[in-house]
Amino acid sequence: MSSSEGETERDAQVPLFARPEWADVVPIPQDDGPNPVVPIAYKDDFRETMDYFRAVFKANELSHRSLALTSLAITLNSGNYTIWQFRRRILEAIDSDMHFELEFTEQIAKTNSKNYQLWHHRRWVAEKLGPEATEGELKFTRKIFCTDAKNYHAWSHRQWVLQNLGGWKGELDYCQKLLDEDIFNNSAWNQRYFVVTKSPLLGGLIAMRDSEVAYAVESIKSFPENESPWRYLRGLYKDDIVSWVNDPRVASVCLDVLEAKKNCVFALTTLLDLLCLGYNPSQELIDAVSGMGLPDTNPTRPDCGLAELICSILGQEDPMRTNYWTWRKSQLT
Amino acid sequence: MGEFAADRHVKYILSVEKRKDDFESVVMEHLRLNGAYWGLTTLDLLGKLDAVDADEVISWIMQCQHESGGFGGNIGHDPHILYTLSAVQVLALFDKLNVLDVNKVASYISSLQNEDGSFSGDMWGEVDTRFSYIAICCISILQRLDSINVERAVNYIVSCKNVDGGFGCTPGGESHAGQIFCCVGALAITGSLHHVDKDLLGWWLCERQVKSGGLNGRPEKLPDVCYSWWVLSSLTMIDRVDWIDGQKLVKFILECQDTENGGISDRPDDAVDIYHTYFGVAGLSLLEFPGVKAIDPAYALPVDVVNRIFFGR
Repeated sequence: MSSSEGETERDAQVPLFARPEWADVVPIPQDDGPNPVVPIAYKDDFRETMDYFRAVFKANELSHRSLALTSLAITLNSGNYTIWQFRRRILEAIDSDMHFELEFTEQIAKTNSKNYQLWHHRRWVAEKLGPEATEGELKFTRKIFCTDAKNYHAWSHRQWVLQNLGGWKGELDYCQKLLDEDIFNNSAWNQRYFVVTKSPLLGGLIAMRDSEVAYAVESIKSFPENESPWRYLRGLYKDDIVSWVNDPRVASVCLDVLEAKKNCVFALTTLLDLLCLGYNPSQELIDAVSGMGLPDTNPTRPDCGLAELICSILGQEDPMRTNYWTWRKSQLT
Repeated sequence: MGEFAADRHVKYILSVEKRKDDFESVVMEHLRLNGAYWGLTTLDLLGKLDAVDADEVISWIMQCQHESGGFGGNIGHDPHILYTLSAVQVLALFDKLNVLDVNKVASYISSLQNEDGSFSGDMWGEVDTRFSYIAICCISILQRLDSINVERAVNYIVSCKNVDGGFGCTPGGESHAGQIFCCVGALAITGSLHHVDKDLLGWWLCERQVKSGGLNGRPEKLPDVCYSWWVLSSLTMIDRVDWIDGQKLVKFILECQDTENGGISDRPDDAVDIYHTYFGVAGLSLLEFPGVKAIDPAYALPVDVVNRIFFGR
């Protein structure tokens, strides 16, 4: 990598107008029009960098020095998509080394990991490199997850890598690792579902269902207030709701949560859903719910009365969503 | 209940142009068209759009347009679908859609549709359901839905639906309130809401409300005022907005105000910005807060503007 492509600390301190390699360029100031709608206040170094950028952009100069200029400009303002696009045109024109581009984006990601332009650029680079980039992309996203395990862009990128470049082998284990670190990480749960349903190495949803149900149930027992595993459990029975209702582990985990007197909102909601789908509750379940009970309630018809009771309890346990629970009650036949 | 400092917010929006040493403004240069949409729509919701010189704005906007028909974020910036929508929306606010060569804009949008029905943001090919919404919303305002393949567009959006009833950025992507707004909005505009499991999604959305009364965008994330829009507009479009505690949300939004200097921030005591100011006011609008005009949840424009587009004066 020649020094003209990277910006060193020393270079960055010398203003552009004083640098010999820029002597032939006339910088172009931003034209905001006579009465700018949302006018900008400029900082000098930024202003100067952008003035030079506009000059090379207008001249369509696709050179090493204009590449270096985009590095500087992106470092100062990584959200400016026009600069990124111009950079791509330069990279193609000078047939630049894409490996350096990976390093560059990684640098920018250190302070801008939620930037759309950055991630799109990274994807463009990875696409050019093809399958040889697979390990590097998985590693890169893993690094991002070390500081922000829910970074939406990174997850989107990782899914794209898996589907387009490969690398599925360790993915379920990786989801496990993230969930061990934070069982509340909804992104990791989503990724787990993605792997279980789409990985060419695992046999598909139905083959994986049994072990995944077991995992979801264990996670629920540890933290029943965790929304994700409840949804995950339901998702494992995606197009086969009857099997969800009939899997004894579903009602059983609801009972466990209620008997343990832990946060019961999702357990009650799940039980409510089961009842609405025709589930026939055991006496234990009826007793567990009644035991929570509101005074003056005595379900004589176990299934319908029980569901009503659950709605009332939920209205108390989860008052923020009182209208929802009232609506659920109104839907009971 | 706290005070809603409408006048301060108007002053804040108008005063953004007078700031000289605001570095934050500098980094927004390339998306000034978005900023104009957020600021001007907020002004209109607060009944103060006339505080701005429409002709100047329109003249500047038209300088952002390219040969392709698409608009850049500012003069000299490459066209992108994001800014094309903002341009069309701002022109709609001023009832000046007639300055557009509709065919040109329509052809730019339709050129961005892919084989699978998805939309790219621009010629560089980034795909995201955000762009599906943007394309559909934009083309609908121009009353040229015929210029895209609506069926394929809808099919692509449906392919991004998850088992929790929500939608992600691409198939398999985690459900996220922002993406949900985009997908539900696009389905609403194309008359395709039957693809949404409203009860399931409605519950997922109302579960975004946390103790403070604010809304988050995904399970176990922090609340942010912008979700007052993404979640609420989605709930409104599927007729379940009463499933959240409206009063508590109002209280949260009001707590995010800077009642001294104007503007609204992402959560209480953070710095304000135009983006969150718009979303806070838009959220209050959906909650029918007094003094705020009604906003259309699908088009993200005042209802009277939308009525004017589709039903004349």
